[in-house]
Amino acid sequence: MKAAVIVFPGSNCDRDVQVSLRQSIGNEPVMVWHKDRDFEKVDLIVLPGGFSYGDYLRCGAIAANSPVMKEVVGRAGKGVAVLGICNGFQMLTETGLVPGTLMRNANLRYICRDVDIKVETSQSLFTAKYEQDQSIRIPIAHHDGNYFADDDTLSAMEDRGQIAFRYCEPDGKVTARANPNGSQRNIAGVFNETKTVLGLMPHPERLADPKLGGNDGRPFFDGLVEALS
Amino acid sequence: MSTAMTSERPVTPEVVREHGLNEQEYDLILDIMGRAPNLLELGIFSVMWSEHCSYKSSKKWLKTLPTKGPQVIKGPGENAGVIDIGEGLTAIFKMESHNHPSFIEPYQGAATGVGGILRDVFTMGARPVANLNALRFGSPDHPKTRHLVAGVVAGVGGYGNCVGVPTVGGEVNFDASYNGNILVNAMTVGIAPADRIFYSAAAGVGKPVVYVGSKTGRDGIHGATMASAEFDDDSQEKRPTVQVGDPFTEKLLIEACLELMATDAIVGIQDMGAAGLTSSSFEMASKGGSGVELELDKVPCREDGMTPYEMMLSESQERMLMVLQPGKEGLARGIFEKWDLDFAVIGHLTDTGRMVLKMYGEVVGDLPIDPLAEASPEYDRPWQPTPPQADIDPAGFAPSVAPAEALKRLMATPDLCSKRWVWEQYDHMVMGDTIGLGRPGGDAGLVRVHGTNKALAVTSDCTPRYCLADPVEGGRQVVAEAWRNLTATGATPLAITDNMNFGNPEKPEIMGQFVGCIEGMKEACLALDFPVVSGNVSLYNETNGQAILPTPTIGAVGLLKDSSKAIGMAFVDDGDSIVVIGDTAGHWGQSLYLREIEGREEGTPPPVDLGKERRHGDFVRNHILQATINACHDISDGGLLPSVAEMALAGNKGCEITQPEGSPPTHAWAFGEDQARYIVTTKDPDRLLSSAQAEGIPAAVIGKVSGDGLSLASIGRIDLQKLRQSHENWLPAYMAT
Repeated sequence: MKAAVIVFPGSNCDRDVQVSLRQSIGNEPVMVWHKDRDFEKVDLIVLPGGFSYGDYLRCGAIAANSPVMKEVVGRAGKGVAVLGICNGFQMLTETGLVPGTLMRNANLRYICRDVDIKVETSQSLFTAKYEQDQSIRIPIAHHDGNYFADDDTLSAMEDRGQIAFRYCEPDGKVTARANPNGSQRNIAGVFNETKTVLGLMPHPERLADPKLGGNDGRPFFDGLVEALS
Repeated sequence: MSTAMTSERPVTPEVVREHGLNEQEYDLILDIMGRAPNLLELGIFSVMWSEHCSYKSSKKWLKTLPTKGPQVIKGPGENAGVIDIGEGLTAIFKMESHNHPSFIEPYQGAATGVGGILRDVFTMGARPVANLNALRFGSPDHPKTRHLVAGVVAGVGGYGNCVGVPTVGGEVNFDASYNGNILVNAMTVGIAPADRIFYSAAAGVGKPVVYVGSKTGRDGIHGATMASAEFDDDSQEKRPTVQVGDPFTEKLLIEACLELMATDAIVGIQDMGAAGLTSSSFEMASKGGSGVELELDKVPCREDGMTPYEMMLSESQERMLMVLQPGKEGLARGIFEKWDLDFAVIGHLTDTGRMVLKMYGEVVGDLPIDPLAEASPEYDRPWQPTPPQADIDPAGFAPSVAPAEALKRLMATPDLCSKRWVWEQYDHMVMGDTIGLGRPGGDAGLVRVHGTNKALAVTSDCTPRYCLADPVEGGRQVVAEAWRNLTATGATPLAITDNMNFGNPEKPEIMGQFVGCIEGMKEACLALDFPVVSGNVSLYNETNGQAILPTPTIGAVGLLKDSSKAIGMAFVDDGDSIVVIGDTAGHWGQSLYLREIEGREEGTPPPVDLGKERRHGDFVRNHILQATINACHDISDGGLLPSVAEMALAGNKGCEITQPEGSPPTHAWAFGEDQARYIVTTKDPDRLLSSAQAEGIPAAVIGKVSGDGLSLASIGRIDLQKLRQSHENWLPAYMAT
């Protein structure tokens, strides 16, 4: 399996996800500079976290219009798996690869902490190594992770199984208290209709090493490797 | 010499005064120049000789601090200190204040404080890996405090989060003395290969001087001079002197500089911090024994029509100056253009020993470098020692509140309450090396050295009320506490950076505080082999004549050779024995209990026995590394019982505690702030105690980890969840009102 990580100016989790991919895949992911439209054929494209182009406009808005994203959108259309984490999720909503939008956190503050999220389905490239309804502990670190889509869109997404993760209590109950940022229906991550594109606010790469305080992110990458190898 | 290009105004005695220079200093300028300076030249003297840049009041005393040791590669005098962490790697770090700007404009003041200290570290070739912040605010009742807390915390986070360097530690305290002068002390730690450290000194006639980074604007002109005067009610009018930060550009600058540093193109490099282009160019030429000629019309400017005076004194952020090897300009330009950063050759080195400034070919300023940089005034300011305080006899003191109630109240005070509201606004995990046990909230932050099994332990500490009551004892204590905090994780303490925040040094009692703190710090650094490798001084922290508490903040770095041996402060397993290492005499003076519960700010601070500090700490560290101990917390603010409570809250496990026979009265035992103490937990108390006895270390079992409350024989039971609620709620509730 071969993965690519797109490096935008202002990306700052590119190395972190590179480490996790290397650990699970066993080979080096390709680091693709944002000005390069041509990059080798890969099985997975990762849009990492950070503050692309400073995010001085709406988060992810400039990145969504960068040269490399035309290529990413094109390959996604051909079925190549695309994973957007945090700022990468914001880029995915900005390009329309996944529905919805990410607004400022309800408390208007940046939040960095471990949260519990419920795995809505194990029937995807990204979640195959988890059980459905399993609750896993993964950190968030964002200012703009408040997921919004209108009710009709949300219901249609639910019907199609496009919700990947929801914020929950440690025991898996989805409650208002467990929602850190005001997201509609506690949504932490969503798929496109074919479940080949995933955007999520939590950072699985940050807890994929027991020494860092947890390993619940490791099956995320191991599962991707199994599915795409 | 053109006057048209430089001097909007003639240099009159009034203009000299406005530049913060006194008559003697102006006479010295006339002497050095051999003529009257023009306005540009006067401006340059003014910033170079400001307290902030010249350390004129503090130099004499700073020189007395220990700065050497086998671990020290580069001590004070560079952008940051460099220590050896083994296997060809170094840690490079420094702490710096951004107090005055943060009071005037909290978000940008704090943000640019973080940006400035990051640059000091990556200028030397290090990739920044950890940030810390020591913040001190006024009384919670003061009408400005909330606004300042919100702005500073958002500013620290806004900058650090975007740049992508984890903020893993720090402090937040409140005291009315900071009502008009908050303290924002920012620290960065970086890692660099020992054979690729970059210094500012630059020599070699004709070598190109290159400007990179952001464009120069009119922001921050005279920031260094502002930081060298007291505040009054009109200080808000100085808002335009505060710079605006751009963390995105900083991130690009880090990456571009580190990419260029991997080549052999750089002769010398210096960030443009306080006093911008002036101090960076002087520094490089002065240290290299060179001269420099700058063509100011080549400086990338944000606005049209900027004068040489404005360009030389601007403190616009995210800029660096470097001298390159001839012929490497193309290589360097390519890297900076890749990162979309400005790159301009703005001059070259000479051998004249002078700084010549040109604008469109015309000389607009011409100054000698060495006299200006090296011969800045140095004062031996008169000082008065702080008079000793009367001590408080624990036996003769009748507490007014029962111990269980006192604990509940203490844990919800502004100084002891949980600071989660603050550090959850900081990305403390980015870079993927923050060790779980070393996240914020513990004794020290732990950051793995990328790609290795080692970890750096980092902390910042100061107890200003001790320093006020007895500067010498307080100075010993700040260093000892930082050393203890590193030790409590299992790390070996290596070196410190000091950020000296004081009032007006022209007042003998303030100067006495400074001198006393330095004396105490010196003793502690020597006794603990804990040298000072970098630092910063912030004086004139006074508003309308009211000085802050003396606040010598210490930032400290230690090393864990095997990060898997690190431990945290959280209780681990039910049944583990809880042991206190060190003597508990029940020292009341200057305790948090006395201040918060009894409303008395008096007495002597707890005495620091540096020999005991050393022995107790070495004992604890050895047992952590041998895994006899599975949790450890140093006892500091609030005393023994609050420290136990913090361990219980962190582990979400209760305990049963019994006061040992022969200990002081219950309140003094529970809340006295005797030094050189740790609380540890162990599965093998016999082994720990017999080892302690053999080494002559005081150690006493005080209880066991068990249940879901703090059960205190003869005191009562406190439910852990209720305690957590009051401990966690104070700050969010305060900020929400």
